[in-house]
Amino acid sequence: MNFSVLQFPASNCDQDAVHAIRRLGHQARMVWHKDNLPPGTDAVIVPGGFSYGDYLRCGAIARFSPVMQSVRQFADKGGWVLGICNGFQVLTEAGLLPGALVRNRDLQFHCEQVHLKTAAADTPFTRRIPADRPLRIPIAHGEGCYYADEATLAELRANGQVLWQYCDSEGNVTDQANPNGALHNIAGICNKGRNVAGLMPHPERACEALLGSEDGKWIFESLFEAGRERPAAGTP
Amino acid sequence: MSMSMTEPAITPDLVAKHNLTPEEYQHAVQILGRNPTYTELGIFSVMWSEHCSYKNTRPLLKTFPTRSPRILVGAGEENAGIIDIGHGLAVAFKIESHNHPSAVEPFQGATTGVGGIIRDIFTMGARPVCAANSLRFGELSSAEVRRLFSGVVQGIAHYGNCFGIPTVAGEVYFDRSYEGNPLVNAFCLGVLRHEQITRGAARGVGNPVFYVGPATGRDGLAGAAFASQDLTEASAEQQRGAVQVGDPFMEKLVCEACLELLATGAVAGMQDMGAAGLTCSTCEMAARAGTGIEIELDKVPQRAPGMSSYEIMLSESQERMLVVVHKGREEEVKRIFEKWDLPWAEIGVITDTGHMVVRHGGRQVVNIPARKIADESPVYHREAVEPAYLQAVRAFRLDGVSDTVQPLEDLKRLLAWPSIASKNWVYRQYDHQVRAGTVVLPGSDAAVIRIKEDCLPVMSAELAARVESQTAPGQAFPEKYLALTVDCNGTYVYLDPYEGGKAAVTEACRNLACSGAIPLGATDNLNMANPHKPELFWQIRESVRGLADACRAFDAPVTGGNCSLYNQNPNGPIDPTPTVAVVGLIEKPEHITTQWFKDEGDTIILLGEAVDLGDPLLGLGGSAWLQVMHGLKTGAPPRCDLEAARTLHTTLVGLIQSGLIKSAHDCSEGGLAVTLAECAMSRMEARGTPRFMGATVDLSGWAETRSSALLFGETQSRVVATCAARDGSKVVERARLMGVPAQMIGKVGGKRLTLKTRGLEFSASVEELHHAWWNSLAKHMNQPGE
Amino acid sequence: MKAKIIITPKKAVLDPQGKTVQNALAHMGYTAVTGVHIGKYVEIDLAPGTDCAAAEAALSEAGRKFLSNPVIEDFKLELE
Repeated sequence: MNFSVLQFPASNCDQDAVHAIRRLGHQARMVWHKDNLPPGTDAVIVPGGFSYGDYLRCGAIARFSPVMQSVRQFADKGGWVLGICNGFQVLTEAGLLPGALVRNRDLQFHCEQVHLKTAAADTPFTRRIPADRPLRIPIAHGEGCYYADEATLAELRANGQVLWQYCDSEGNVTDQANPNGALHNIAGICNKGRNVAGLMPHPERACEALLGSEDGKWIFESLFEAGRERPAAGTP
Repeated sequence: MSMSMTEPAITPDLVAKHNLTPEEYQHAVQILGRNPTYTELGIFSVMWSEHCSYKNTRPLLKTFPTRSPRILVGAGEENAGIIDIGHGLAVAFKIESHNHPSAVEPFQGATTGVGGIIRDIFTMGARPVCAANSLRFGELSSAEVRRLFSGVVQGIAHYGNCFGIPTVAGEVYFDRSYEGNPLVNAFCLGVLRHEQITRGAARGVGNPVFYVGPATGRDGLAGAAFASQDLTEASAEQQRGAVQVGDPFMEKLVCEACLELLATGAVAGMQDMGAAGLTCSTCEMAARAGTGIEIELDKVPQRAPGMSSYEIMLSESQERMLVVVHKGREEEVKRIFEKWDLPWAEIGVITDTGHMVVRHGGRQVVNIPARKIADESPVYHREAVEPAYLQAVRAFRLDGVSDTVQPLEDLKRLLAWPSIASKNWVYRQYDHQVRAGTVVLPGSDAAVIRIKEDCLPVMSAELAARVESQTAPGQAFPEKYLALTVDCNGTYVYLDPYEGGKAAVTEACRNLACSGAIPLGATDNLNMANPHKPELFWQIRESVRGLADACRAFDAPVTGGNCSLYNQNPNGPIDPTPTVAVVGLIEKPEHITTQWFKDEGDTIILLGEAVDLGDPLLGLGGSAWLQVMHGLKTGAPPRCDLEAARTLHTTLVGLIQSGLIKSAHDCSEGGLAVTLAECAMSRMEARGTPRFMGATVDLSGWAETRSSALLFGETQSRVVATCAARDGSKVVERARLMGVPAQMIGKVGGKRLTLKTRGLEFSASVEELHHAWWNSLAKHMNQPGE
Repeated sequence: MKAKIIITPKKAVLDPQGKTVQNALAHMGYTAVTGVHIGKYVEIDLAPGTDCAAAEAALSEAGRKFLSNPVIEDFKLELE
């Protein structure tokens, strides 16, 4: 499977995403923000980092990059797009995902392992995730508190668009397990079409036993499996 | 407009305000063969400052061991030293202080400290892959101290997180001597291939000189503001020197662009503009190459209107680089800088005159022989006299000090003492996992990172071809595992500078050994008080002697570092704090060892003497226990026997390499009881999910000593290790065979920590201990008001 | 009664955020933009009948000592 990993000025988890995907046996290449998606792209990763220093608002400047036009077309055709951390922020700023990410409720940056409950298994991002236990994946963000108005939240719930929620080691969604104050402990969501998803935690940092957890690979494995079932939908 | 009209006349007063002595000024006049211009005076002032010239400490720094077969670039040659780690790979690392700027503006002081050290690393051609820091503050009961602490931590987090470098290790101590004068030492490590080493030399007569990075403003000129006497009111705001602001986004772009540029082969030399910006970089580059350099200030991008040549030359605006490019290859440079949307300008040329020449507004404002100003900086052999307070320190005995009666209470108080308490409130704010290489996260003895292929800077086509031709088909990249730690117990150094200096290096090397690593080299940051006071210079001299002896003992050559002098507050000097960062290599991933207990039933072994009975204070001198429980910061600190330490470290690493050791944790502040508690409670699986592993430990075999010495004494060269029960006697025998005292002292298991000495026995739930230790800093930081 | 406080980076101090946004605007074609400075806006509600002069003095002090960082920021106070 061919992944295109976007590279904005000051993306800094781009290499990590490429590393994780390659280690799991698939192809990944970086796409500079001034370019278009290369032909043959099966899925797009909008990686973590601090695109444009996160100045103004996280993701606010990156959404205007030329490559984002091409990603929008790719997504409109049903192509798979996964935004991680800053990438999630870019996708909400670009309107590809609903809601917004605001400052953590304690106003501090949080870098720590969290547990995640997978709330919907019927997406190309979650289909292979084991159902019997929560995932253990690190977060690293200062503005990861998910916010959306009541109507949007109700819609997300009704459509099963909430993909991941912060939980404790037993899988209980509690306030204590919520690192940033996200509404409904939301850590990640998808769009109505279920082909664009974003999450604050970093699955690419949890794909090797050496780094303390391999749980992140289930998200990529889900995409690999989906990819085996159908040819790329959105290649420009 | 004419610059000369506003330039003040050079008077003895002005010379003194530039921190030059009359003798130094005369030397400058002699070098020039005339009186300096105002701008030249500024240049001499910064080039001959302690920061750039080490004029007070150079004779001491020469005593450091600086060679080993692994050293590729040695101390003092360049911005950072470089050490071979095998397979054609190398690491560049260095520590540097930003103490005074952080006292003025903690957030920006810390950001620019981190930015400066990252630049020092990629200037060498290396890709920065991890950061660490060493911090000192006053006591957290003061609201002002809390403001400084929180600002510094946020500044480090802001810069490192945005740049995308994991901050993997560090240390924080709180002591009244640092009140009003915090210490902020930042460390950075980068990786490169041997062939990628870049020199900061202005090579090649006729080569153009490029300026890259944001425009120059009046940043960091506060110290020079005095000179602007004839300024109008309206311009005063503009003229006053401004605090430097760090821009990590810009730094990331500059770093990526410079590494990409180096791979083209178009670069003849590169240097960052750090302290004293353009002055230091042009002068040092020309001096290293033995060439001259000529620059045109009108071409330098400027942020503020009407900047004088003095201001442009001395500005400390951040994230700027000076690049010497091979003539004819200018287009490649422009293409890359434009790709990264970076401001750049061609500002000058390399000459064969040996002079640094600066033009501004059509006039020559500077003409100085570059090598002379760099090499003929003054050197002072300062007077050293042993301080009187040491008499009382040495005479101190435990006679009036009662032994522990409620050891559990003592232990809990020690665990909550900010200098010992968990630093999760700090490191949780740092992204310590970006780059997917952090194997051992903050919270164990030393951080461990994995060096993989994407840690290297992009290679030139030629180098890539050569590497490929030397690699067998299908051969994987030779991943490396590095351990690193930063250490210094300033209290020990205050109470005995020589022993304290030794202890700092020894503890760092012990931390490495506990992780399974062998030292490669060290970088030091001397944070000291006023060298003109003989008592304070004595502290500097003795602690350097301690560092040097210890670095020699552990084959950890010093690859470079930094001196920060004049650290004092209104109440007096800081404790002398020669911070040391040591980097080590772990041979195989299976040797990576952490400090926490692993499995129920494992045997706990104490390596080293439980108590140094030859020490009249039994390891309690300068101890945390004496400070916390008795309010006493005195007594000769525990002695550090380098030979015993070296044997312990090599024995421990040998045991780890033979696969016998499951956990290893060094004994330091708070002694054996704190160490055992940390082994039981410090493993953090995830947010709100600590993993507790209790133990039962029997120390009643040591009958002849005080319980406080056994539980809380800080006798040096001790490690608590665990192994499978069946391996217990094997480990003990092997250690003893090597000459390391070893005893089985207990078993891992349950959720309680139970300790027994001859006279006392106590037990606590590990969860209760964890609560005291884990939440202490957050509790201190959340207290309201004064 | 309301007080409005606008905090901006000092002109002599580098404003990386403003500079980056300015560059982004230029890339989007807003070529006439010659400077961007990004600060903070603080709105403070005051009890009815608060003495205007006293409030101004108190808030000026709060602006200097707490709301802004005088080392790197300027602030402007408006009462209405």
